Amino acid sequence: MNKKDDTIKLEYDIIQNDFVRAGEASSNVKKILKQLGIDSKIIRRVAIVTYEAEMNIVIHSYGGKLLVEISSKKIEITAKDNGPGIEDIEKAMQEGFSTASNEIRELGFGAGMGLPNMKKCSDVLKIDSEKGKGTTVYMEIFMKSNQN
Amino acid sequence: MKLTKIIDELNATVVVEPKDETEVEGVYIGDLLSLVMAKAQENDIWITIQTHINIVAVATLVNLSAIVIAEGMDVDEDTIKKAKEENIPILKSELSAYEIACKLCRLGV
Ligand SMILES: Nc1ncnc2c1ncn2[C@@H]1O[C@H](COP(=O)(O)OP(=O)(O)OP(=O)(O)O)[C@@H](O)[C@H]1O
Ligand SMILES: [Mg+2]
Repeated sequence: MNKKDDTIKLEYDIIQNDFVRAGEASSNVKKILKQLGIDSKIIRRVAIVTYEAEMNIVIHSYGGKLLVEISSKKIEITAKDNGPGIEDIEKAMQEGFSTASNEIRELGFGAGMGLPNMKKCSDVLKIDSEKGKGTTVYMEIFMKSNQN
Repeated sequence: MKLTKIIDELNATVVVEPKDETEVEGVYIGDLLSLVMAKAQENDIWITIQTHINIVAVATLVNLSAIVIAEGMDVDEDTIKKAKEENIPILKSELSAYEIACKLCRLGV
């Protein structure tokens, strides 16, 4: 991590409706960041955004991937799935908006706070989605951040 | 405060053993996982009625000290297995979340 061009790339397959393994990718990313000696406030933010992105793929998509790139300047997180896409991104970003089923809500998901959490905890957030195709959520968290 | 002291005072059932030195610094109550992720602070003890395996991921990711299952809900087997792997203590109480919180408050947590 001392060398400027050292980038660590992590990649995880996330499976639709796999609630038993859900959260494992995020937990693994967190362990690696801890081993790298990254600041605990940064780790907390990365843990929150990776978890929310991972759960959205499990719950709302047909499956996809979580990619994390760690460099000395920033951590980049990409959550990419194979559909069905988000119809109205602006609406999806609102606190409390959720299309989760009652069954999913009983498990404690569907507060409509995942995307707002991602926005709060990241320095850059870009969502690219097309109905019928898929969704890519891209985030950056800077190592030296104004946020706490 | 030591988690072991809280277990004694609450008269809670230990589902997954804590390490002796586990410290509790605060309390968070909630059953909506995204809110817990956003609001619970490191070393909080988390009171919930959720019992499925994903609560262990939540507790691990935001460094919670322990999970207390309220209302005597049964904890899933795979949740217990995962919590052991990840070293997340789980307690179970017949009391409501409110009653547990009142006891913790009286203890000074
Ligand atoms: N990867 C995705 N694919 C398709 N739809 C998505 C995806 N991610 C989010 N959405 C849509 O955006 C809505 C809001 O997402 P958000 O994560 O904020 O809340 P939630 O997942 O419903 O609940 P919570 O995250 O609080 O458990 C979802 O209910 C869903 O309709
Ligand atoms: Mg979500």
